[in-house]
Amino acid sequence: MNKRTVKLKMYRYDPDKDDKPYMQDYTLELEPSDKKLLDALVRLKSQDDTLSFRRSCREGVCGSDAMNINGKNGLACLTDIDGLPQPIVLRPLPGLPVIRDLIVDMTQFFKQYHSIKPYLINDNPLPERERLQSPEEREELNGLYECILCACCSTSCPSFWWNPDKFVGPAGLLAAYRFLADTRDEATSERLDNLEDPYRLFRCHSIMNCVDVCPKSLNPTRAIGKIKDMMVSRAV
Amino acid sequence: MNVAKRTFDAVIVGAGGAGLRAALQLSESGLKTAVLTKVFPTRSHTVAAQGGVAASLGNTTEDNWHWHMYDTVKGSDWLGDQDAIEFMCRKANEVVVELEHYGMPFDRTDNGKIYQRPFGGHSQNYGQAPVSRSCAAADRTGHAMLHALYQRNVRANTQFFVEWMALDLIRDADGDVLGVTAIEMETGEVCIFHAKATIFATGGAGRIFHSSTNAFINTGDGLGMAARAGIPLEDMEFWQFHPTGVFGAGVLITEGVRGEGGILRNASGERFMERYAPNLKDLASRDVVSRSMVTEINEGRGCGPDKDHVLLDITHLSPETIMKRLPGIREISIQFAGVDPIKAPIPVVPTAHYQMGGIPTNYKGQVVAPKDGNPNAPISGFYAAGECACASVHGANRLGTNSLLDLLVFGKSAGESVVEDFQSGDLSLKPLPADAADVSLARLARLEGQKNGESVFEVGLEMRRTMQKHAGVFRFDNLLKEGVARIKEVAERSRRTEIKDKSKVWNTARTEALELDNLIEVAKATMVSAEARKESRGAHVRDDSPDTAEFPNGRKDNEWLKHTLWYSEGNRLDYKPVTMKPLSQDVEPIALAKRTY
Repeated sequence: MNKRTVKLKMYRYDPDKDDKPYMQDYTLELEPSDKKLLDALVRLKSQDDTLSFRRSCREGVCGSDAMNINGKNGLACLTDIDGLPQPIVLRPLPGLPVIRDLIVDMTQFFKQYHSIKPYLINDNPLPERERLQSPEEREELNGLYECILCACCSTSCPSFWWNPDKFVGPAGLLAAYRFLADTRDEATSERLDNLEDPYRLFRCHSIMNCVDVCPKSLNPTRAIGKIKDMMVSRAV
Repeated sequence: MNVAKRTFDAVIVGAGGAGLRAALQLSESGLKTAVLTKVFPTRSHTVAAQGGVAASLGNTTEDNWHWHMYDTVKGSDWLGDQDAIEFMCRKANEVVVELEHYGMPFDRTDNGKIYQRPFGGHSQNYGQAPVSRSCAAADRTGHAMLHALYQRNVRANTQFFVEWMALDLIRDADGDVLGVTAIEMETGEVCIFHAKATIFATGGAGRIFHSSTNAFINTGDGLGMAARAGIPLEDMEFWQFHPTGVFGAGVLITEGVRGEGGILRNASGERFMERYAPNLKDLASRDVVSRSMVTEINEGRGCGPDKDHVLLDITHLSPETIMKRLPGIREISIQFAGVDPIKAPIPVVPTAHYQMGGIPTNYKGQVVAPKDGNPNAPISGFYAAGECACASVHGANRLGTNSLLDLLVFGKSAGESVVEDFQSGDLSLKPLPADAADVSLARLARLEGQKNGESVFEVGLEMRRTMQKHAGVFRFDNLLKEGVARIKEVAERSRRTEIKDKSKVWNTARTEALELDNLIEVAKATMVSAEARKESRGAHVRDDSPDTAEFPNGRKDNEWLKHTLWYSEGNRLDYKPVTMKPLSQDVEPIALAKRTY
C-alpha cells in the first residue's frame, strides 16, 4: 500500500528562544487511521515534541483546537486532511496575541464574552420545580446555545481585529442574544443598554466571515441582526 | 529552591461539572476559593456528555427515587454503596431543577417541563419496563450543563486559574492535606496553593486505553497525585466500555440514540440484543450490551469486511426526530463515520469510556482511607467528586446518565462539606512542611535533565496497547497476569521519559510527560486490581468465573462482595466492605440477586 504523506507549513514561535516567528516546513508520513488534521498534528508532535497547540475532545465540542488553516479559521479535529491543498499552511488564530506556535492569548476574547453577562438573570422567587417553557420558546435557543467558544468567528472578523477592546464580537453577541431570546431571562432592557454604544454591537457590518467559519454552523450575524431589531423596536 | 505561595480557604482542582458545581457552593458561601484547571473550564470533558442526566422527575412516565435507587444498585452489580446511592437518587430532582434555574436549556415536553428520555438500565417498578428518566438538552446535555455551570460561576465571581496544571498533593506528617503544587503552563512557574480544604474534581483517565471515547486531557491527574501521596485508589478494575463508540474513531455515540429507538444489528441484520436481554433489549445496562456485541463479533456475526463491528440503526426513525433529538449524533456520524444515520446505520464498537473506581470518598465527598481499624476514616482537608472519586455509586458498572448526576450531587455535597467543616472550625490552615514542593520540583528537574531517555509518545503507546489487550471487555487470567508484568515494565520506562522541548513557555511536551506519570498510576491500579479479583462482576468479567447456578453471573459474593483498595507503593492491595445499608430507614437494603435485563 502506498504511504500517504502530507506537507505542512507551520507558524513557529517560542519567545523563550526565538527573536521572531518563522514558518517551518514539514513532510509527514500518515498512518491509515489519520483522517483529521488534528490526527496529523498529534502524529507530527510525536516526532517533534516542541510543536505546541491546544487540543482536547477531538470531536468538535470543546473548542480547543481552533486555528487558521490555509487562510481560513477552523477546528483541526473537524477538518479532513484529504482534500486540503498542500502544503497545509497553519497559523494561529489571527488578531490575538501569540503566546507560542499555534497558541494564542484568548484573554480579550473571553473578556468580551464575560462583558455581556453570560448567565440567566431572573430575580423572581424560585419555583419548587423547573420553570416552565414551551417547546416553541425553547426552540428559540437553538442555533445559539451550541456555541463552543472556539473563537473562530471573532478572530475572523475585521471589526474585532480593529476594536477587540470595544466591539463585543460575534461570539459574545451570539451569547448575548441567547439570553435575550430566553423566555426565562428578565434582564432584556439591561442587556440592550449594555450593548447600546457606537462599538459594542454596532461595529458589526454584516461581513459574515463569522458565519462562513463557524464549525458548528451557527449564525452570529443573524443573532446580531435580531439584537439590532430589538434595539430599534424599543426605541420606537 | 524558593517557590511562590498563594493562600486560599479552598482550592479546587478541575473545572468540569463536579469542580464547577463545588466552586459554586464555595463562592456563594463567600469562601476564598481558587479553581485550578489545565484547560479553560468549558473545554473540560463534561462538555462531551450527550444523552442526559438522571432524575426521577416523572415528567413523562411515572417515576420515583426508590426505582432509581434499585436500578443503580442492580446496575452496580451490588458493589455500589447503598448509603451513597440513596443519597444521590434522592438528591437528583433538586440538583437538576437547580440547573434549570441556572439557565440550562433543557428540551421541553409539550406542557413545558424538562424533557426526559429512556436510557439503559433505568426502569419502572424494579425492572419491569423502561422509564423516561434522562433529562436532556437534545444530545448535547453535557455541553449545555457545563456552559450553564460555568456561566453561573461567572455570576458568582469564582476565581479561576486557567491553564494551570496541578502537580502533587501536599500532605503533612499527620497525613492531612494542605493543598497542591501547580505549574502555570504559560510561564512554567511552579506555585504552592496552600489551603484549608482541597477538592479534587479532576475527571477520569480513559486515556490509559488505546481506543477511548475520552478527551486527550483525561489523564487521571487527581488519581496520580493521590496515589503518589499514599492514598489508595478504589475499585480501579472496573472500567466501562461504552457499547457505541464510532468504529475506528472511538468518538462517543450516546445511548440516547437507543433511548430514542435505535437498534443494534449484526451482520445478518438481526436485533441480537433480544437474545441477551429479552426484557430491556437494546436498553440493557452498558456492560451487558458491550459484552453481547463483542460476543457477536467473536462468534463471526460482526459487520464489515473484517466482521469487526456491529451497526447502530436509526433509519426507521423519522428524519424530524433525528434532527430534533439527535442533531449532534448526526454531525458526529457524518464527520467520523462518513455515514448519515438518516440513510444508513452507524458502525460502532465497544470503547473505553468511564472509570467506576477512583479516590475513595463517602457520600459527603470527604476522601476516606483505612486508619486505625476504620476502613473509611476521613482524611482531613481532602475532598473529591465526580469521575475521579469513588463514593461509590457506580460500583462495578455505571448506568448511563448517572455520571452527570454524580458530578452534580457530589460536587455540591463536597462543596457543602467544605463549607460546614469550615464553619464548624474543623478546618485550619496548618503550617506547610518545609519540603512541600520538593516532590514536584524533583519530578520537573528529573524531566529537565533526562538524557538518553524514553519517548513520552512511545511509552504512552505501549501503555495504551497493553491496557487494551490485557484489560478489555472480557478478561482472561493468563492475559491479566502477563498484563501486570508488562505494565510494571512500562511503568519503569516511564521513570526515564525525556523531552526535547526545554522551553518555559507553554511546554506541552512537559505537560504530556507529567500526564503520563498520572496515567501510569491508573494503569497499574487497574491491571493489578483486575488480576486479583477472581470473580466476574459488572464490567469485570473473567473467563474463569462463568455464570453458574452456584455463582449467578459468575459473581462470588461470599468472597468478593468487597471494594478493592490499591496502594501505589509496592502495588499493595487491601479490601473494605461494601455498605449494604441505605442511609435512611425509608428504604430496605436492596438484596443480592441474579442480574438479568
